[in-house]
Amino acid sequence: MKTLGLNGDMAVAYAMKQINPDVVAGYPITPQTIAIEKFSEYVADGEVDTEFVATESEHSAMSACIGASAAGGRVITSTASAGLAFMWEMLYVASGTRLPIVMNVMNRALSSPLNIHCDHSDSMGARDSGWIQIHGENVQEAYDNIIQAVKIAELTRLPSMPCFDGFIVSHAVERFNALEDEEVRNFIGKYEPKRTLLDFKNPITMGPVDLTDYYMEHKKQQHEAMKNALNIVKSVGKEFEKLSGRTYDTFESYKLDDAEIAIIVLGSTAGTVREAINKTRSKGIKIGLLKLRLFRPFPRQDIINALKKAKVIAVMDRSDSFGCFGGPLFSEVRNVLYNNSTAEIVNYIYGLGGRDVTIHNIETVFNDCVEISKKREVKEYVTYLGVR
Amino acid sequence: MKGWKEISEGGMIVEPGNSLQYKTGSWRTGKKPFRDEDKCIHCCVCWAYCPDGAIIVENEKIKEINYDYCKGCGICAFECPKKAIEMVSEK
Repeated sequence: MKTLGLNGDMAVAYAMKQINPDVVAGYPITPQTIAIEKFSEYVADGEVDTEFVATESEHSAMSACIGASAAGGRVITSTASAGLAFMWEMLYVASGTRLPIVMNVMNRALSSPLNIHCDHSDSMGARDSGWIQIHGENVQEAYDNIIQAVKIAELTRLPSMPCFDGFIVSHAVERFNALEDEEVRNFIGKYEPKRTLLDFKNPITMGPVDLTDYYMEHKKQQHEAMKNALNIVKSVGKEFEKLSGRTYDTFESYKLDDAEIAIIVLGSTAGTVREAINKTRSKGIKIGLLKLRLFRPFPRQDIINALKKAKVIAVMDRSDSFGCFGGPLFSEVRNVLYNNSTAEIVNYIYGLGGRDVTIHNIETVFNDCVEISKKREVKEYVTYLGVR
Repeated sequence: MKGWKEISEGGMIVEPGNSLQYKTGSWRTGKKPFRDEDKCIHCCVCWAYCPDGAIIVENEKIKEINYDYCKGCGICAFECPKKAIEMVSEK
């Protein structure tokens, strides 16, 4: 164990160096660039054995990752925003072919208008693509999640997408505890896929045409694999806890046990919410936080159990699903709580394009929830937080 | 037909050459090629053009048409320089 001071991107690159993947294929995009750039330095300096492929686009980067993974390699890349959008077609090829590729996403808004700052529109758009999605709050979690993601992906044979907030985490230097190289390598173990394209003694075909007769059966397999991933994410988290002393589950709570008002967030905003909770708790209001870590698969039962006492739930979405009743996280939470809660559930769309979310902003959410709790009446289910 | 628990993940094909099991002859829509032995000069142009490898050649001579895989596209009949192949009704 050693303490380092790095930004989120460099912490990811550092974890990648320790993982020493067989292939990294990448393309630069803000705010992810530093990760691949720093990793390419490790390659150039001979600190890893990785075959580094600098591609001409993200579509090609994901395609190269798919080829390398099908050939039996342990493969990592990262992207953000338009880069992830440009990979769309290949995201489904990766998951449908059951390739355990790991891709860190440093969440950034999508054009237009052009914006390089954080929101979750990019990874939320990929929420149905069959990738596991894990959100981290800070540099420590960014580092820890990518290491766990390697193991989760290989055990589930599903591609895995650890996410964290662009700039807020990717470019902010924070102190974190890193494992020793040996510890990381022992934790992830050697990657030994059952079948690969380069196994000439056992020739196979991957990605063939699959029409009306079998396509649905293969989708059912993905559906089941995603369900099973829930317990795998939990068990890998427990194993990682033994190694690091840091706890990882599908979510993390803060003062939630007795909370009558619950606020749900993904990512870095959790820190701001904790501060706001401390201030509000001192006024005697029972308020707590559920910081969701795992978005795919969505941990249905965990959320139902954790929110049993909540009377008002505010779901914070850092992206919109235009035309939908609320943002994507709101839809998921309301969906799982249907028939399982009598709470009023409201939605706040916040922080789009990197709009700062302050303790004051969060306090206005709390105030709304207190009002709802008193009057049992909701004026506005979906609110754009702090919009002019 | 097999269920989702019995098939390989991601549609992976683990038995090489198993496309032979897929008898595409059933795709024909009523017409099949008929080769007139008397007109055929065994130039093998049909063999070269057949997109499905359904013209069987042995010792540099056309032996037969494999109707298990012939999709009835008619390219062989169109290309035959001696008009020795004709598309005829299946029945």
